[in-house]
Amino acid sequence: MLNSQNTEEKINGVLRWIKTIPGRIITSIVILAATFLILQQGYLFLSTSQTSKLVQILVAIVWGVGGVALLFWVANWIAEQLPKNWGRLLQPFIFVGPAVLIMGWFLAIPVVRTLVASFRSALGTDWVGLQNYVFAFTDARMLETFRNNLLWLIFGTFFSVGFGLLIAVLADRTRWEVVYKSIIFTPMAISFVGAGVIWKFIYTYKGEGVGIQEIGLLNAIVTALGGTPQPWLSLAPWNNLFLIVIMVWLQTGYCMVIISSAIKGVPAELLEAARIDGATEVQAFFNVTVPYIQGTLITVITTVVIFSLKTFDVVRVMTGGNNGTNVIANEFYLQSFTYSHAGRAAAIATILLLAVTPIIVNNLRQFNKGRKGF
Amino acid sequence: MSAQSYKSQKRASSFIVNLILIIICVIWTVPTLGVLITSFRQSEDIFRSGWWTVFPHKASVESGEYKLDDSVDVNGPITIEGVTATFEEWRQGITLDDGRTFQWYGNKRTRKLIISEQKWVGFPTNLTIKNYIDVIGGKTISFKDGAGNTITRQGNNLGDAFLNSMAVAIPGTIIPILIAAFAAFGFAWLNFPGRNILFTIIVALLVVPLQSALVPILQDYVRMGLNGTFLGIWLAHTGFGLPLATYLLFNYISSLSRELLEAAYIDGASNFTVFTKMILPLSVPSLASFAIFQFLWLWNDYLVALIFLGEKNRVVTFALASLVGEKGQDWHLMTAGAFVSMILPLAVFLLLQRYFVRGLMAGSVKG
Repeated sequence: MLNSQNTEEKINGVLRWIKTIPGRIITSIVILAATFLILQQGYLFLSTSQTSKLVQILVAIVWGVGGVALLFWVANWIAEQLPKNWGRLLQPFIFVGPAVLIMGWFLAIPVVRTLVASFRSALGTDWVGLQNYVFAFTDARMLETFRNNLLWLIFGTFFSVGFGLLIAVLADRTRWEVVYKSIIFTPMAISFVGAGVIWKFIYTYKGEGVGIQEIGLLNAIVTALGGTPQPWLSLAPWNNLFLIVIMVWLQTGYCMVIISSAIKGVPAELLEAARIDGATEVQAFFNVTVPYIQGTLITVITTVVIFSLKTFDVVRVMTGGNNGTNVIANEFYLQSFTYSHAGRAAAIATILLLAVTPIIVNNLRQFNKGRKGF
Repeated sequence: MSAQSYKSQKRASSFIVNLILIIICVIWTVPTLGVLITSFRQSEDIFRSGWWTVFPHKASVESGEYKLDDSVDVNGPITIEGVTATFEEWRQGITLDDGRTFQWYGNKRTRKLIISEQKWVGFPTNLTIKNYIDVIGGKTISFKDGAGNTITRQGNNLGDAFLNSMAVAIPGTIIPILIAAFAAFGFAWLNFPGRNILFTIIVALLVVPLQSALVPILQDYVRMGLNGTFLGIWLAHTGFGLPLATYLLFNYISSLSRELLEAAYIDGASNFTVFTKMILPLSVPSLASFAIFQFLWLWNDYLVALIFLGEKNRVVTFALASLVGEKGQDWHLMTAGAFVSMILPLAVFLLLQRYFVRGLMAGSVKG
């Protein structure tokens, strides 16, 4: 057929033209423009549409996920159109570039900007030297947050890891290990806000008076034992411990799972040898198991320490930081968004960063040790 | 010690071990159980009695009234059914030998005593799902408080918040995984200048507290009009999740067999083809681990949603937190709300626990 041959030739002509350098440049620009047009249309639809929420969300998902995939594909396609050497040089950056740029924008650069802001005034207009840090280390409220975070760090870590270890060791010796571990682990799926509601209900207090029945479990138990009900969450300084209980409840499962898998790695012969040498179970645990899982224990402790330093949701939801329960992250929130003192907020954030710096250094050292041949 | 006696000792201690674990498990479960039960109770019941009263128990049940004769002097000792006591003692309530309790009602002038008896009370039959309907819907709702008064207020529209959470969590999980997978492949298998230093920075970023990033990003967002948009929060969660995602996927992808990839390159495959046709399918377990990790993280996140979405697009944690803040005593709504917020992460968690644990193991350094 003459006609189809003609079309074929035309297509071949177009393809040949595309393979020329100006053709490639123009095609690339067209594809790039089309990509941006698609993304922009999606954005406009999402920001102005009046359709039902469900439709919006579906469009949002397709647009968000598809957009990223499309961008990668287009960028790669363009790189492949470039002369071979250029393309080879450029391609790795297409792979790592988006991640590096986003991390730079969202983490690396903000850290520096926050550091700079910490030396500036409330609205970021003047340099104030160390004034914000002087505030952070002398103000009574701030000192209270440091004390409380220290309580969180010590008690939160001790009990999470302690219970995690205890349960991991004990469950290892039973037939129902999976059941026990699942029960302890499940709170991990619950948000701090949800856990806040659950525990607020435990601590709730109705007040004293004739005929008042406490509906909070803790007060009901106290009453049943002949005590008087207490407003637990306003009982400074003990209320901090009642909040820490929530973190222990959530985090023990994590500690348990990690420690449990490490315990399973302890060679049975080592334990058997210790027992034959006359060691009791407790001695065998402290002299064989604990040294063997030391590395894991340190990892778990580090993670929980970081967690306790950054604790926010529980305090925010349960007490709002009142009654002597304020913590660093909540004070950061208050300074940023309630008192609008950007300088102080930045100083607090920087202190938090300094607090985890030893952990960052340690991570880097571990990483470098682990991969010499990178 | 002989093996025999070791075994019998083990059996004896096994009972104690199980007992300790059962006690711990009960302590761990009771708080959630209480909230679950409460969420199905009538609002006025919740205010009047503890949730544990749904279990059969002995309770004092009102069985009648006693009217004190007008001739009795209420200021002196009062004799009722053969028992003599002062007004104050009657007001505290006195239990007679037959088990009936007499308690003075109100002040001295009422001359009325309430008689109650200890009786077994079984499971209640008036459980309800109204609390869930109320808290999920956005319309005006009404309920009864402890004194029986009807209270009307705006619903909390947790259903809408649930959808918003989905809109945050699903793309917020997939986008960083996609970007991180590309980056992990680049770091693991491609050579380019600055590779070491860039990856070292990523490892350092793993535990950077979000607090030191929030305010500068918010400033950018306000300038760009991204504040309160889904796009904004996806980008934020992508940024905050990328270090861990890249690190985890790098560990996995760099351990893939070199021969396999080299064979593909010899066959003329491009980097992009190798990545999409080989790396991605091979990395599915690792991708799944991180996906579950990130999904739960996003669903349960409060801080980032509070700052970048706020009131504009309320997610479940935000809606639940404001429910606690505004209506701190509405336990029927809070408990039902808590369960609405927990149902999806719990399902994901219980179904895919294996992958989640794997992700936890690999990434126990996240900040």
